[in-house]
Amino acid sequence: MLAYVLRRLFGAIPTLFVIITLSFFLMRIAPGGPFDRERALEAKVLENLNRVFHLDRPLWEQYLYYLGNLARGDLGPSFIYRDFSVQQLLGSGLPISIQLGASALLLALLIGSVLGTIAALRQNSWIDYGVTAVATFGITVPNFVVAPLLSLIFGVWLSLLPAGGWGNGGPANMLLPVITLALPQVAIIARLIRGSMIEALRSDHVRTARAYGLPARMVVIVHAMRAACLPVVSYLGPAAAALLTGSVVVETIFGLPGIGRYFVQGALNRDYTLVMGTVIIIAVFVVVFNLIVDLLYAALDPRVRYD
Amino acid sequence: MTDIATNTPELAAGTAVKGRSLWATALMRLRRNKAAMVSLLILILYIFAGISGPMLSPHHYATVYPEYVRVPASLEAYPRAEEIIPQAESVLTRTRLQIDAIEVNGNTLHVEASSEREIDPRMTRYLERSDIFSNVRIVETSGDSRSVVMEADVERLRFLFGTDANGRDLLARILVSIRISLMIGALATGVALIIGVAWGATAGFLGGRVDNVMMRVVDVLYALPFTFFAILLVVFFGRNVVLMFVAVGAVEWLDMARIVRGQTISLRRREFVQAAEALGVSSGGILRRHIIPNTLGPVIIYMTLLIPKVILLESFLSFLGLGVQEPLTSLGVLISEGARNMRSAPYMLIYPSIALTLLLFSLNFLGDGLRDALDPRDR
Repeated sequence: MLAYVLRRLFGAIPTLFVIITLSFFLMRIAPGGPFDRERALEAKVLENLNRVFHLDRPLWEQYLYYLGNLARGDLGPSFIYRDFSVQQLLGSGLPISIQLGASALLLALLIGSVLGTIAALRQNSWIDYGVTAVATFGITVPNFVVAPLLSLIFGVWLSLLPAGGWGNGGPANMLLPVITLALPQVAIIARLIRGSMIEALRSDHVRTARAYGLPARMVVIVHAMRAACLPVVSYLGPAAAALLTGSVVVETIFGLPGIGRYFVQGALNRDYTLVMGTVIIIAVFVVVFNLIVDLLYAALDPRVRYD
Repeated sequence: MTDIATNTPELAAGTAVKGRSLWATALMRLRRNKAAMVSLLILILYIFAGISGPMLSPHHYATVYPEYVRVPASLEAYPRAEEIIPQAESVLTRTRLQIDAIEVNGNTLHVEASSEREIDPRMTRYLERSDIFSNVRIVETSGDSRSVVMEADVERLRFLFGTDANGRDLLARILVSIRISLMIGALATGVALIIGVAWGATAGFLGGRVDNVMMRVVDVLYALPFTFFAILLVVFFGRNVVLMFVAVGAVEWLDMARIVRGQTISLRRREFVQAAEALGVSSGGILRRHIIPNTLGPVIIYMTLLIPKVILLESFLSFLGLGVQEPLTSLGVLISEGARNMRSAPYMLIYPSIALTLLLFSLNFLGDGLRDALDPRDR
């Protein structure tokens, strides 16, 4: 087990390496630099800045320099947010993004599996059609439509919740962003659970459990659910990635200080180190999440073995 | 299986039954799917709106009406009837005339004015200068030139969806952005189609080490955070819409390549491909004549689902301010402007949102319908 985890983590290193290399050079090919302004900086100032940030060296030297720093766990200084290192920026933004993403994921798992199970138990009834319709709606309507509409309805017209802002992460401030992030995931999870639950309810072990005379609730929650949640578990990897990228929009609209906006800001301002830092964080997240998913899978389905 | 009816009139009459092709059956199944047909209808309307809408619309999408900034959506024409006279009065105060009578008759303003001094006929320019009144004429002048009767045409404009923060007609802007969205959807999907099919078919057909390397490239590109990639492409290609969407298409081909590769590998071992090989047809010829036409079904299904994805992506990039540039616009830009102005002008958010959602809905339903129609295993 531990050997498997270690092997998987080591196996991710080449992938991460390729991602880092590719984004490093893509970023540098793009025209413009971090110190381009409407009014050009004085030649001497620019020269000094370039020297301080090692931008005057050949590209391959910069690349090796960056890799060397990275190996020591140093992501470098930010170019646009002066006086801050990329670690500091990500360190302040990441907890917020994780808090949002994790809440949204939990909410989506809870509501999605309940809706999906109900739809599967009442297959082809109006409840089933209702859930399917809501799911289609949730998948189709983009989050940058949902977010401002929610903010308009609950924040402006009804004045029930703050229309934006973080406010030290109070539940009232979190509610709308989390709902926006969770909505498409609720839809996808409900669909997945509905499909696999219908199959699970027809399977032999559920029939056996019923034959033993176990109460219906027990059969559904313990016996059918275990088989039905497998597709959802394997969806968690992509879901985590979607939540991280979805947070770009949500953070922009609700004005939250997460990492999503650093990403966009950084790319626009050619803040090389900041963008690289964000990319690495997201890539590591996806890799780790995929590993967790595989381990969870093995725990839930004894037929799956990792040696 | 009700698709293949056995008691058709032809059979009863003893005539030969014409075999139905895959496409004819698919079309028949699609016709029965109500949601897909409604979507198709909506889509045709959208395409019509995108192609000819901007030409039919009474306003140009870039025309600015400074008098009507952020006027709410309304069926009534602007200026509203009760606003014309106060507007005229406020303009006429600058002429320093004594207004004796003022009334609006249909689209003409009728003013009787007098003054203690002789009236200069050039004072009509004060009225002309306002955007609302045009064609000001003096109908009657009294003998001593101290009182005049003049008439002016009132220009009344309709803004069915209201105007934006710069005073541009929202309906015209939505029509233009529908055109952009559809164009981009078609363009990027086309690029993704060409690259994906060529890549996937080559990898699957050649197999072995070439396949390994080519699919490893796809895997690595998959692992790149996609938003990051799109943003970089935008930055790299500047803000040229066409180039940008060639670039987006160049990112979206990965799934297409995987699908086509899978299909190709299974087709590779079929007899007709071996027969073609035995006859000495070149690899390129086999790919073109035998492999690619046979992968068309899944490719079409994936394509219809890719179009909404691309449109969504464009709107997303535009929402972040990376997409099309002013004065051209797109649904994403309109939604982000609407979000900024939602307190004072909620309709600016609501109409573009509805337009985008409806378009995505109908594309998705049509894609699902096509999948059901073309893939009988799924039923």
